[in-house]
Amino acid sequence: MTQSLQPPRLRLQQFLMYGFLLLSALLSLFPFLWMVISSTNTTADINQGKFTIGSALLENIHKFATLVDLPLVFWNTAKIALLATGLTLLIASLAGYGFEVFRSRLRERVYQLLLLTMMIPFAALMIPLFTMMAKAGLLNTHWAVILPAIASVYIIFYFRQCTKAFPRELLDAARVDGVSEWKIFLFVYFPVMRSTYAAAFIITFMANWNNFLWPLIVLQSTEMKTINLVLSSLASAYFPDFGVVMVGTILATLPTVIVFFAMQKQFVQGMLGSVK
Amino acid sequence: MHKNNRNGFDRFYDVNGWAFVSLALGLIVLFMLYPIASSLWLSLHSGKGLVVKFVGFGNIIRLFHDPVFHTALWNTFIFLIIQVPIMIFLALITATCLNSPDLKWRGFFRTAIFLPCVTSLVAYSILFKSMFAYDGIVNSFFHMVGIIDQPIPWLSDPFWSRVAIIAAITWRWTGYNMIFYLAAMQNIDKSIYEAAKLEGVTPRQCFFNITIPLLKPVILFTSVVSTIGTLQLFDEPMNITAGGPANSTLTLSMYIYNLSFKFVPNFGYAATVSYVIVIFAALLALVQFKFAKERS
Repeated sequence: MTQSLQPPRLRLQQFLMYGFLLLSALLSLFPFLWMVISSTNTTADINQGKFTIGSALLENIHKFATLVDLPLVFWNTAKIALLATGLTLLIASLAGYGFEVFRSRLRERVYQLLLLTMMIPFAALMIPLFTMMAKAGLLNTHWAVILPAIASVYIIFYFRQCTKAFPRELLDAARVDGVSEWKIFLFVYFPVMRSTYAAAFIITFMANWNNFLWPLIVLQSTEMKTINLVLSSLASAYFPDFGVVMVGTILATLPTVIVFFAMQKQFVQGMLGSVK
Repeated sequence: MHKNNRNGFDRFYDVNGWAFVSLALGLIVLFMLYPIASSLWLSLHSGKGLVVKFVGFGNIIRLFHDPVFHTALWNTFIFLIIQVPIMIFLALITATCLNSPDLKWRGFFRTAIFLPCVTSLVAYSILFKSMFAYDGIVNSFFHMVGIIDQPIPWLSDPFWSRVAIIAAITWRWTGYNMIFYLAAMQNIDKSIYEAAKLEGVTPRQCFFNITIPLLKPVILFTSVVSTIGTLQLFDEPMNITAGGPANSTLTLSMYIYNLSFKFVPNFGYAATVSYVIVIFAALLALVQFKFAKERS
């Protein structure tokens, strides 16, 4: 009896499940579609909710190009994101390796303390950081954005977790051969851990590319600004020119979307690193 | 002889250990520990710009009489209490669906739902601002399907602007949380579900009595992370509503920003407001820590 009742109920469940997933996927993708379509429309059309491809794309691009020095803005953003990411990876991997390979009771204590600092909200740091940067004469420079970003406890934690899987035999073999500790790190650890670096690279790069609040505070002049700052100021006008802004959001979103699709697996790996 | 050697190795080991971690430690002391301590010291001072005087707990007293602070605190809590549970519940359901065996187009669904997480907070906030315009696409759509007669004043009404921001944050972060749950679900032994199925347990019961209890640690972890994130909410209200209308979407972080960089700066008072966030974050961290300890 129950056997014959199962199939319709199962079918209803399947229907609900696919319906829910399809709706979620549509809602997730819709703003991307909206962004692309709106970049071809005039602001008046966008404000009217027009959802068909228009003919204003070239005009929007042209206006955007006259308002914004795009190569410079991209260069600023990429320079900050890449430098911050590179330095974060270097320093955090050294530390993660150090904490895991050279264990001592005191360093373990220090490490526990580091983990606690992960909970410190940035809002509580920004005023002293701002005064520090002002005193150091670094306001309105890219270093003011990069330096605080390098101190990433999360990435140290991530590297330490991944170092647990690093084969100790390699380390011992190199030590027996008399290779110095720094060379072991550089020529044994680094090549073996490439995928860990790739994952850490993606999450750090995205975080830095997307950073807004801190650059907003320290970068004041137009020629220093990153893409997010430029977009934010374009969109906060009393009557924002959305057609133009859409061109900008596409340009700001494209790099991270490309990185995501190119390295989807590592991205998810890096994200989940903290709960493993 | 042997003892000497041992000491030699220990020292070598220790020197290397500190050398490897020193750069990171230096940076963290300089850019995290020093600022957080300095901010506590600052919170005991008040004044305009660089002219400050010691006021002790004066700033804390001011907090109690500052209506804008109360509004910002209230708004932040509203966002937190409503948005975090909705998002976590949605993320759990999507993860459950995506984890069901023989699902078709799994890769497509997963990627689509996760994709919002790669957008910058500024870019997506602007997209939502344009979609929620008075005559914009969201109102046109609702009008078309007949849900509304009059356009909803999404960005100019205190209630609706909060709804718009909650919708935006949920869009951006649901997929992020989903990935954590999906990973955790894939670690659950499939035979538990098979046994439950044989016992005639419905999928709903499975979800509430098996999946959720087993995922408790991950749910707690993501809740704490999301809550701390929401406590610091800035980019979205800044770019969607600029805190308005009439401060109805002003958050604590925005208020700190305004106090220090928009109005005549009062760093001392702003630091006091920022310590309100620190205290809440610390309490949450404590909950997480207690729970993790209980488990182990």
